[in-house]
Parts: sequence; C-alpha cells; structure tokens
Amino acid sequence: MTVAIEVSGLVKRFKRTTALDGIDLEVPEGTVLGLLGPNGAGKTTAVRIMTTLLKPDAGRATVLGLDVLRDADRVRAVIGVTGQYAAVDEYLTGFENLEMAGRLYHLPRAEVRSRARSLLEQFDLADAGDRISKTYSGGMRRRLDIAASLIARPRVLFLDEPTTGLDPRSRITMWEFIAALVGEGTTILLTTQYLEEADRLADGIAVVDHGRIIARGTADELKAQVGGERLEFTVTDAADLPVLADALSGLGLDRPNLDEANRTFSMPVSGGAGVLREALDRVADRVTVIDVGLRRPDLDDVFLTLTGRAAEVQPDGKPDERPARDRAEVTR
Amino acid sequence: MSSVGMAVADGLVVTKRNLLKIRRVPDVLVFSTLSPIMFVLLFTYIFGSAIPLPGVDYVDFLMAGIFAQTVVFGSSFTGTSLAEDMTKGLIDRFRSLPMARSAVLVGRTFADVGINVVSMVVMVITGLLVGWRINGTVLEALAGFGLLLLFAYSVSWLMALIGLSVRSPEVFNNASFIVIFPITFIANTFVPTNNFPTVLKVVAEWNPISALVQAVRELWGNTSPQLPPPDVWPLQHPVLYSGLWMLGLLLVFVPLSIRKYQRVAAR
Repeated sequence: MTVAIEVSGLVKRFKRTTALDGIDLEVPEGTVLGLLGPNGAGKTTAVRIMTTLLKPDAGRATVLGLDVLRDADRVRAVIGVTGQYAAVDEYLTGFENLEMAGRLYHLPRAEVRSRARSLLEQFDLADAGDRISKTYSGGMRRRLDIAASLIARPRVLFLDEPTTGLDPRSRITMWEFIAALVGEGTTILLTTQYLEEADRLADGIAVVDHGRIIARGTADELKAQVGGERLEFTVTDAADLPVLADALSGLGLDRPNLDEANRTFSMPVSGGAGVLREALDRVADRVTVIDVGLRRPDLDDVFLTLTGRAAEVQPDGKPDERPARDRAEVTR
Repeated sequence: MSSVGMAVADGLVVTKRNLLKIRRVPDVLVFSTLSPIMFVLLFTYIFGSAIPLPGVDYVDFLMAGIFAQTVVFGSSFTGTSLAEDMTKGLIDRFRSLPMARSAVLVGRTFADVGINVVSMVVMVITGLLVGWRINGTVLEALAGFGLLLLFAYSVSWLMALIGLSVRSPEVFNNASFIVIFPITFIANTFVPTNNFPTVLKVVAEWNPISALVQAVRELWGNTSPQLPPPDVWPLQHPVLYSGLWMLGLLLVFVPLSIRKYQRVAAR
C-alpha cells in the first residue's frame, strides 16, 4: 500500500488561537479520507497546509512523498485543489476558466482544449461552457471549480467542503461526481460538516475538533461508537422527561439524554420501527408527546458522544461567507 | 521550460484573463477614456483661455502633461485590481497551481499597459480635434508614446505593492487619488513652474513627472524657445532622468511586490 498523503504533528497558530494542535493523518493511495468537523475545527487550515497555501508552525506534510514546504512546486503539479470559495473567475466562461487552469499547469494547448471540453461534458456544463461563469448557479460554479482542479488529472485531490451552501439536489449531484472520481482511482481528501457526506464518500473518517483529531475510523465504526439510530421524544412539560426515562428504561443501548430546555428525550437504540412501536406502547398515556421519531446519527450525535457537547455548526449551516482575506485578518 | 520562459508564459496566460475581463466589464475602459477626454477639453478651453504662453499654443503645451497624468492614473488600476483579486477565492487557485510566482503580477501589469494604450489612442484623437499637433518626426512621436507607456508600467509595480498592502480596493482608490493628484500637479504638467513658490518649484523640478512631461514635449516638438526648461539637471536631461526613475522603480518594486504577493497570499 502506497501512502498518498502523510501528515505528522501538524501545528498552526494564529495570533491568539491554535488552529491545529498536532494533527496526524495517513491517506493510502486511491482511497478517500473524510475530515469531519464543525466550523473552526481546523479542517481548512489543515487543507491549506497540505496544499502549500499555508506554512505550518510545526510538523510536516508530504503528498506522494513530496514535502509541501521543500518541494512546494512539485506538490502543486500533482494535486488539484477545490476550496470552500469557488475559485473561478466570474468574468471568464467556463471553458476559459478551465483553459486558463490547464495552461498554468503547463499542459500543451491542444490537450488543454480537448480536456476542458470533456470535463465540461462530464460535469454537466457543456451547454453553459461558453457562458461567463457569473451567470452560473452556486452548484454549477462548484462543479466548474472541481473541473478546474481536475484539468491536469491530479493524482491527489483536495476538496474543502465541496457541498457546503449547496441545495440538497446539487449536493446529491456533487456526490455522484465525486463518487465517479473515486472510481477512477484518484486519492481524495475531503472535508465536511456532514456525517452523511463522509459516510457516503469516504473510506476513512477523521473527526476534528479544536485542531485535534478526536476519533478516526470507518463510517460504520464511528456510528457504532455513536450508537447508530436514536429514539427521540419531545414533550409538552419538561417535568415529564424523567417519567419517560423511567418508562423506556432498558429499551436503549445507553442512558438517555434529557434536554430540559428543549423538552426533548434522546436515547441510542437499535431495532428500527419495532423499537419505536414498543416505546409508544410503553409511554401510552403517561405523558403528553408532541413529537416522536427515530433519528439517524449526524455530526451533532458524533460530537455529543465524543466530546459531550454539541458541534458548533452555525444554525443555518452556511459557511462563513467573508472573503479569504478578511477571514485571515480575523484568525491570524 | 526555463524559469524565465515559464514566468513569461504564465504571465501571458494571466494577461489574457485580465484583458478578457476588461472586455467583458468595459466600464473601466469607458471611465479611463472619458476622464482624459474631459481633462483635455476642460484644460484647453478653461485654463487655455487664461494662460498665454510665449511661442507655443497652450493646447500643444498641455497635451504631454495630460498624457502623463492619464497614464499614471491608468497604472493605478493595477493596484485596484490586485486589491480586488486578493479578496477572491481565485487567488488560492493561482497559488495552488505550479505556475510562476510572479505571473499574477506580470499578467496584471501587462494588461494595464493595454488599458493605457486604449486611453492614449482616445486622447490622441481628442487632442487632434482641439488643435494639438506633433511637430517632430514619426519616430520621435512614437518615442514619446513609448516613454509614457514605460513610465506608467514602472509606476504600476509601485501601485501593485500598495494594492497588495491595503485591505480593500476602495481604500486603494482613495489613497491613490490623494497621492497621484498632487504628484501630477506639482510639476510642469499644466503650467510652467517658473512662478511656483520656491519649495514647490524645487519639488516640481525634481519631480520625475516633470522630467517625463518635458521629455515628451521635446520629442513631440511641443516646446518653445521662449519657454526653456529650468536650468536644473533633471529637466536638462529629461529622458535620462525619467529613464533612471523607471529603472529604479522597477528594480525596487518588482521584487518587493512579488515578495509581498507571496506573503499576503500565504496568510
């Protein structure tokens, strides 16, 4: 097994904050690693170091055996990068954006042209290819962005939150494109806030929080740790929560979590609808229930389980939209 | 590919991008050509009516000055555009590509020469319409235009450094206006410097803009024997003096800007 990306002891501090506090990663060639974590966990900082955009304060990172500091130019020649902010020129057409990227990878002109056309085709942008990208939708821009990072057929691809801010349908389309790339044998490191996304695309997942990796494993392993699905109740009166806990004792895999502020009861279970029916039977008329359901684990559950607190994802789930420079000013 | 060859090739790729953008957002070009037209008309008819010069029409005297001011303002576009580019995600793409580190700046400054060429063409036409004539040979006339473009090109590297140092394109615009306006006015651009107060007179005489304007006036034959340049070295050797400034600006600000670009983008 060849290692495509290797990172050890990566530390990066900005003025007052420690963005990365010693990160170790190893991504075997041809696999996908999902870096899962909330905003501000250090995912983007890690990607920026691995893609030669930022210098670490300590530790080292290599891509295909090339050191990102000493061999930065050779690293750049073998990687493709798609950041959180679509890095396309909005006044160029889709084709011109791809052509420019290809020329800057120093590919021969004729190859760039044919490759650009086939990528536009592949990413469902053939019809829009000769329109300026300012007219594109968010999802189209992201796709163009990824296409640009693929123009030189990179062996290693970095995708920083490829679906953040996309509507659900564009997200699913994007997943299909990424899955197709995986099929072609590209090594991918992708960051995401969504467990579902990591689950769907990644072979291995590393959970990041406060600049550290707090858990790693396959999606199934993490879910097993989180406890799979959860049974949730919302009641009218917080005082009823202990009554619920009493009624449902023994039904869950672990102790329930009682949230008095939100009047919710949550407990890891297994068994699907059968458990749900059993739970409703047991509760019967003992408490007034507003809502009840089975929920599959998400990032919040992973974080609740691993850190005992909720993930600090912004409520609307949107990324920080400030431009790169302001962001740097604040976090430096 | 050699590193110089690569720098030029990559620089040209970025130049093409910038020129395409100018073509698609022609507002920039419209305003960078409208303002010189306005200046030519205002100065010719307003100042020209009150400023009698011995042995030379005011419009002939004026044009070299307006050209100089216009191309220096034109070079400030480099700073605005870079300040704007640095706020966009595209800069990260550039930095993650195996391209020459200088390409973004080379591509910018090259493209801005293009803007200046267009403004100059518009001004030549306007000038000719209001009675301006070149009294030199074709070669001398072209040398004058070449000198203006080279000077503007070297200034654009200074603008690049400032553009990379400010926080937003708006700040750059305000700052550059405050600096360029006095620099192009405390000179022989619009009136002879003979009657300036002493301090301003010395500043004007050593101001590289004055030398540039004087050089261009001489090349275009827009001077008068009754209006000799002040007897100071820079204005007696205007081509050499302005040439030295260009060289100095390039030697200092090309490396400084490239270094700044790498640092700013590495945040």
